[in-house]
Amino acid sequence: MGGPDIERLIGLVAKLPGLGPRSARRVVLALLKRREALLAPLAEALRAAAERVRTCSRCGNLDTADPCAICRDERRDPSVLCVVEDVADLWAMERAGVFHGRYHVLGGTLSALDGVGPDDLDIRGLLARAGDGAVQEVILATNATVDGQTTAHYVAERLSERGLTVTRLAHGVPIGGELEYLDEGTLGAALKSRRAL
Amino acid sequence: MQWSEEGFVLVARRHGESSAVVSLLTAGHGRHAGLVRGGSRQRGVIQPGNRVMATWRARLADHLGSFTLEGVSSGLGVILPDRGRLAALTAACAVAEAALPERHPYPRLFRAFERLLAVLASDRDWGEPFVRWEITLLDELGFGLDLGSCAVTGATEGLAYVSPNSGRAVSDGAADPYRDRLLPLPRFLVAEVAADAAAVGQGLRLTGSFLERHAFTPHGRKLPAARHRLLGMISMATTSPGVITVAERT
Repeated sequence: MGGPDIERLIGLVAKLPGLGPRSARRVVLALLKRREALLAPLAEALRAAAERVRTCSRCGNLDTADPCAICRDERRDPSVLCVVEDVADLWAMERAGVFHGRYHVLGGTLSALDGVGPDDLDIRGLLARAGDGAVQEVILATNATVDGQTTAHYVAERLSERGLTVTRLAHGVPIGGELEYLDEGTLGAALKSRRAL
Repeated sequence: MQWSEEGFVLVARRHGESSAVVSLLTAGHGRHAGLVRGGSRQRGVIQPGNRVMATWRARLADHLGSFTLEGVSSGLGVILPDRGRLAALTAACAVAEAALPERHPYPRLFRAFERLLAVLASDRDWGEPFVRWEITLLDELGFGLDLGSCAVTGATEGLAYVSPNSGRAVSDGAADPYRDRLLPLPRFLVAEVAADAAAVGQGLRLTGSFLERHAFTPHGRKLPAARHRLLGMISMATTSPGVITVAERT
């Protein structure tokens, strides 16, 4: 239809999350129509990202520098370490702008079914960072799923000998949430974690 | 083809970008898998241990088919914060998923699983119910233990071991020639006594031995890692009390 180069481009774009072959075709067509304004800068940005972006050797974040900007930022509190499953979770925390400590990305969760064991996650790196003397609190910000909490319990157990404060995110009613629509599990967790007003 | 029934989520595997292949344990259709479209939006519902109302549809009976799921109840609010209960839940789901044949109904096992989940979602002891659930699983798979009387003397008192070959109880007095080859029988399985962590560990080693021998090894498989993790946790609790709580009784 559009030649092998365009078909190849459509095939690659179709592999991106949220895009199928049909929407990939629309994306590619939009890029080709705005070659100077969009296609060329995007190609340049992609090439730069492919060349420069790397995984931070301290926390596992993605950045063009190693250590990443968060690990280099001296205004951040080095005594609090927030453990997340994935870079996407780190970015979500940063978007919220409520945490001013440092992060550690595990790279997934323990999953007996998928054969993911402790050695497949960056738990060794976390233990080394937690033992460096600067860290006093570790916040386990894994997802409130069976795999996420299994991982949190495992990490908490490994950290227990180090005399650190180990905390986890609260589970309960989301902001704007209506009790009527909450599942029993969330309601139960919210009730257990109630606070005095 | 279509049916609707309540069941418990055993596992959910991601399928493509937003779907999931979910395996349920139901009373009438046994362990049954199906595709859940938009599974990522239903992530809270398809967590292991959740009770769901499932409607399964497929063009032919032997197709994977698709599920429409609606959450009925969840004990995860109690289970997730407790590492022992969480380990027991994941072990029970993993063992059921790996040991049960697909689409064969086990109504008695379903009810046992239902009882176990009710215990896990409460503040009641879960060690003994977990071991009893695995005994029911062995029984339903056709490898039940016979703990009623001694295989050697027929005595009903003083039962302390189980033969790894026959699955029959052996009394303490008759055990001497084979004692080192027999599996210890926890007292709570034959008497009205509380199950402490050590006894629960014995029970798990007992059922684990038979599950491995009859339900896993013949198919070239091993007990799931989640089951090993549970036993490791219980073993740790026997040496370091307070690590996890399997029994609230004193």
